Amino acid sequence: MTLQDFIALSPILDLGAFSIVTMLVLAVRRHHATIALVSFVSCLLTLATLPWASTSTPRTVTALLIVDEYALLYMGLLLSATMVVISLSYRYLKFHFSEQEGVEEYYLLLLLATLGGLVLTASAHFVSFFLGLEVLGVSLCSLIGYLRARRHPLEAAVKYLLISISASAFLLFGMALLYFESGSMTFRGVGMVVEKAQTVPGLWLGGFVLVLVGIALKLGLAPFHMWIPDVYQGAPTPITAYIATVSKGAVIALLLRFATDVGALKIDALAHLFSLLAVSSMVTGNVLALFQQNVKRLLAYSSIAHFGYLLVALLAGGAAAAEAVTFYVIVYCAMTLGAFGVVTVYSSERGDAERFEDYRGLFWTRPWLAAMLTLSLLSLAGIPVTAGFIGKFYAIAAGVDAGLWWLVLALIGNSVISLYYYLRLIVTLFDEAPAPATIPQGPAVQSTEAAGWTAVFSLGLVASIILLLGVYPGPLMEFIRDSVSNLLMVAGQRP
Amino acid sequence: MVLWLLILIPLLAAPLAWMGQQWSRHAARWIAIGALSIDLLLAFLLWSQGHRFQNSGHGSWLLESHTSWIPLWGISLHLGLDGLSLVLILLTAFLGLIAIAASWTEIQVRVGFFHCNVLLALGGVIGVFLAIDLFLFFFFWEVMLVPMYLLIAVWGHEQRRHASFKFFLFTQAGSLLLLVGIIALALLHQQVSGRPSFDYADLMGLALKNEMGWWLMLAFFIGFAVKLPAPPFHAWLPDTYTAAPTGASVILAGLLAKTGAYGLLRFTIPLFPDAISEFAPIAMGLGVISILYGAVLACAQTDIKRLVAYSSISHMGFFLLGAFAGTELALQGAVMQLVAHGLSIGALFMLAGALQERLHTRDMRQMGGLWGAVPRVASMAMFFALASLGLPGLANFIGEFLVLFGSFASQPFLTILASIGMVMAVIYSLAMMQRAFFGRQHEIRIEADLSNSAFGTLLLIAALQVLLGLYPRPVLSTTMPVMGTLVRLAPPSSHLTRPPVKFLPSSNSFTSHVSAP
Repeated sequence: MTLQDFIALSPILDLGAFSIVTMLVLAVRRHHATIALVSFVSCLLTLATLPWASTSTPRTVTALLIVDEYALLYMGLLLSATMVVISLSYRYLKFHFSEQEGVEEYYLLLLLATLGGLVLTASAHFVSFFLGLEVLGVSLCSLIGYLRARRHPLEAAVKYLLISISASAFLLFGMALLYFESGSMTFRGVGMVVEKAQTVPGLWLGGFVLVLVGIALKLGLAPFHMWIPDVYQGAPTPITAYIATVSKGAVIALLLRFATDVGALKIDALAHLFSLLAVSSMVTGNVLALFQQNVKRLLAYSSIAHFGYLLVALLAGGAAAAEAVTFYVIVYCAMTLGAFGVVTVYSSERGDAERFEDYRGLFWTRPWLAAMLTLSLLSLAGIPVTAGFIGKFYAIAAGVDAGLWWLVLALIGNSVISLYYYLRLIVTLFDEAPAPATIPQGPAVQSTEAAGWTAVFSLGLVASIILLLGVYPGPLMEFIRDSVSNLLMVAGQRP
Repeated sequence: MVLWLLILIPLLAAPLAWMGQQWSRHAARWIAIGALSIDLLLAFLLWSQGHRFQNSGHGSWLLESHTSWIPLWGISLHLGLDGLSLVLILLTAFLGLIAIAASWTEIQVRVGFFHCNVLLALGGVIGVFLAIDLFLFFFFWEVMLVPMYLLIAVWGHEQRRHASFKFFLFTQAGSLLLLVGIIALALLHQQVSGRPSFDYADLMGLALKNEMGWWLMLAFFIGFAVKLPAPPFHAWLPDTYTAAPTGASVILAGLLAKTGAYGLLRFTIPLFPDAISEFAPIAMGLGVISILYGAVLACAQTDIKRLVAYSSISHMGFFLLGAFAGTELALQGAVMQLVAHGLSIGALFMLAGALQERLHTRDMRQMGGLWGAVPRVASMAMFFALASLGLPGLANFIGEFLVLFGSFASQPFLTILASIGMVMAVIYSLAMMQRAFFGRQHEIRIEADLSNSAFGTLLLIAALQVLLGLYPRPVLSTTMPVMGTLVRLAPPSSHLTRPPVKFLPSSNSFTSHVSAP
C-alpha cells in the first residue's frame, strides 16, 4: 500500500474512523443532538475527502477495491442521501423516543450502513462485494427494528433479516460456482473465462443467475419483491427512505459495475433474463400500486417499478446505459427522499401518517408540505420541470438508442399506469380538507418552523435539486459522462 | 428576448396572482388580466412589425432566440416566431382573457390559485407555439398539463375527479409516444451526423428511411391527435369538457386543442414528407369520421355542455381534413378554422356556463322558453349557434368553406362526405336553440340576465367573428407564407405534386441560414 492508495481509499477510511469517533463520543456524552451532529459532520467531512481522493483515481487498491470516478460519484450520492436521512431522523426520533431510551446508536448504525454502501460502490471482487453487502444489511436490519417497542418495525426487521440471509445464501453459492468455473474472484477474472472460451459454461451461467437473484432480492425486483412493501411500511419512515435510496443505490452501483466488468449483457441468455426482470418489475410494481391505500406501501410498489425502468436503461449497454442509470439513480434518490421526507415530517407531528385520509386537503392546511409531496410525486411520475422527467428521458433515450423498442413501449405504458396512482394521491392533497375539528387547535397552526429546521432545510435542498436537475441538467450530465467513461475504460482494459 | 417575454409574463404573473388573493377579492383576476393584456399588446406589436418579413416563408422566422441549454444532447432554448405561431398566440392571449372573464362569477373559492393555474397553463401554451427545439417544445407541452389537471380536479363540476384523471392519462399516453418519437428522431440525427440534435432545422434535413419514418410519423400523429382530439383518441374529451369549470373549458377547447393542431402543422407534416404522402388519405378519413361522428353524437346530447363538446370534435375534423389535403387553400382554411373555432367554442362554453350558473343544471330537457327570461343569453347563443353551423359572413364559414374547396381536388369523395357534416351542424345547433330557448317555458326562476361585462365580452367575440367572416385577409395573409412552404414540403398523392428537387435546395438554404448566426 502506497500513499496514493491511502488517498484513494480516504473516503472509506474516513467514514470508518468517524464511526469509531462517534462511538467514543457516545461513550462520553450520551446526548441526542450531539450525536446527530457528530454523525452529520462525519458524513460532511467524508464528503469533503472525495475531491482529494479523485486526484489519484482511477486506482486499484489491493485486489478488492477499485476507486475510480464512478465509485466516487456514487459515494457522493450515498453520503449526501445519508445526510438528508440524518437531518430527517432527528425530529422523528425525538417524537417517538423519550429522553432516556437510548436513541443515539441509531446514528452510529446509519454511519456503518453507509460505510458498507461505500465499499459496495468500489468493490471489484467477490470478497469486498460480500463484506460491503453484509455490513450494509446487518446495520439496516437493526435500524428497521429500531422502534423496538412497536410491533410493525419488529415484524419488518425479522422479514428483512430473513430476506438478507437468503440473499446471502444465493450470492455465496453463485460466487462459489463462478469461482469454480473461472478460478478467480475478481469481476474481470470471472468475465474473462467466457471471453476466452467464446462459449458460456453451464455452471458459470448458473452461478451468475444465482448472484443475480441475490442482487435482485436486495433491489426488490419482481418476482423477488415480496418483502419490499412490508418492510417499507413497517420500518421507521426515515429508514424507509434510507433503504430506498442509499441501500438500493449502492447495490445498483455494484450491479452496473459487475454487469459491465463481466460483460453479462453480451450473453444473450442473460440479456433476456434482465429484460424479463425489467418487465416483470415494471408491471408488478405499477399494477399492485394501483390498489394501495397506504402511502408508504404505494411508494414501495412504485420503487419496484422504478427499478424496472432502471433495468431498461441498464439493458441498453455501453456508455449510454451507464450514463442513464447513474443519472436515473441520482434523480430517483432525490425524489424518493422528497416523498418520504414529507411523510417523515408529517409523521413526526401527529403519529404515523401513512393512510390516504391523513393527507386529505393537506394543500389547503400545509401548502408547503403538500407542494413538496406534489413535486416529488410529479417527479416520480416523470412530468417535466422536475428531475424525474429528465431521468425518464435518459432511460428512454438509452433504450431507443439500443433499439429496445418493446422495452421502451413497456416503459411508457407503465408510466401511464403509474400516473394513475400518483394522481390519486395528488388529488387527495387537493381535496376538501376534513372538518377542522379533527385537528387540535394548538399544534394545528404549526408553520414550517414546527417541522424542525433541519428537516425543512434538507427538504428545501431536495426540492431545489429536483427542480434544478429538471430545468438545467446539463452540467450534471457532463459530469456523469466524464465519470462513467472511466468505468467503461477500466472495463475495456482487460489485462 | 421579446419571445421569452411572451412566455415569461404569464408564468411570472402566476405566483403573483396566487399571492394577490390576500390583498383584495379581485386582485388575482386583475393581475391575470393585466399579464394577458400585456401579452396581447406585445403580440399585436409583433404583428404590426412583422409584415416586412412575411414573404420569406417557412423556416425564416420573424423573430428568433437561441441559447444553448443541454449541449450534450444538442438541446437548446430555441424559440422562433412565424405567421402561424403569431396568429395562435394572439388567439391564446385573447381566449385567456375570455376565460378569466368567464370565471368572474363562477369561481368564488381559491380565486388566487385558480388564476395561478390559468396563467401557468397559458404560459405553457404560448411556449408550445414558440418552441422550435423539439425538447423544449415537449417541455412546454407538458408544462401546461398539470395546471390544467388541477383546474379540472379542484374547481370542476360533478365527476371532476374521473374527468381530470381521464384527461391526464390520455394526454400523457399520447405525449409519451411523442417523446419516444422525438428522441428517436434526435438519435437518428446522431447516426447521420455524429451528434444528437433536437433542433427543428437540423431534423428537417433528415432523409428518413421509409419504414422508420412511417413509425415515427405515427408516433407524432397520435401524440398530437390525442390533444386535437381525433377519433379514436377522443374518449377523454366529452367528460373533460363537461366537468371542467367554464374558464377551463374555454382553454381546453379553444387552446389545448389548437396546440395539437399546431403540432401537426409544425412538426408532423414537414418532418415526414414521404410518410405523410402515404398517410394523408387516412388522416383525412379520420377527419371525416370525426366530423360525422361528432355531429351525430352532438345531435343526441341532452347536456348542453356535452353537445358543445361533441360539436368541437366535429369542427376539429374539418381542421384534420384540411391540414392533410396538401393544397394551400385547404391549409389556409384549416388555420382559419382553428381561429374561428377557438372564438365560437369559447363563446358557446361561456354561454353554457352562464346557463348552468343560473339554472344549476345543464340538462336541456329542463330548459325551454328561456328567450323571454334571459334575452341576452339567448340572443348571443343564437348568434354563436349560427356561427358554429357555418353561416356565411361569419368566420367559421370561411374556414370550413376553404377546407372543403381545397380538399375536393385531392379527395372528392371524402369532401362530399364531410359536407354532410355541415348539414348536421345545422341540425344540432338549431336543436340546441329550440330545446333551450324556444318552446314552452318550464317553471324556472331566473334572477338575472347576463351582466354588462359578460355581455360586452360576448359582443366583442361576436364582432371578431363578423370581422373575420367578412375580411379574413389579416389571418390568411399572416399565415400564407408558412402554409405555402408546407405545401411545397409535403407533396400529397394528388396531381398537385411538385418535383421533389424543389424541396431540397430550399431545405439546404434554410439550414445554412439558421446555422449562420
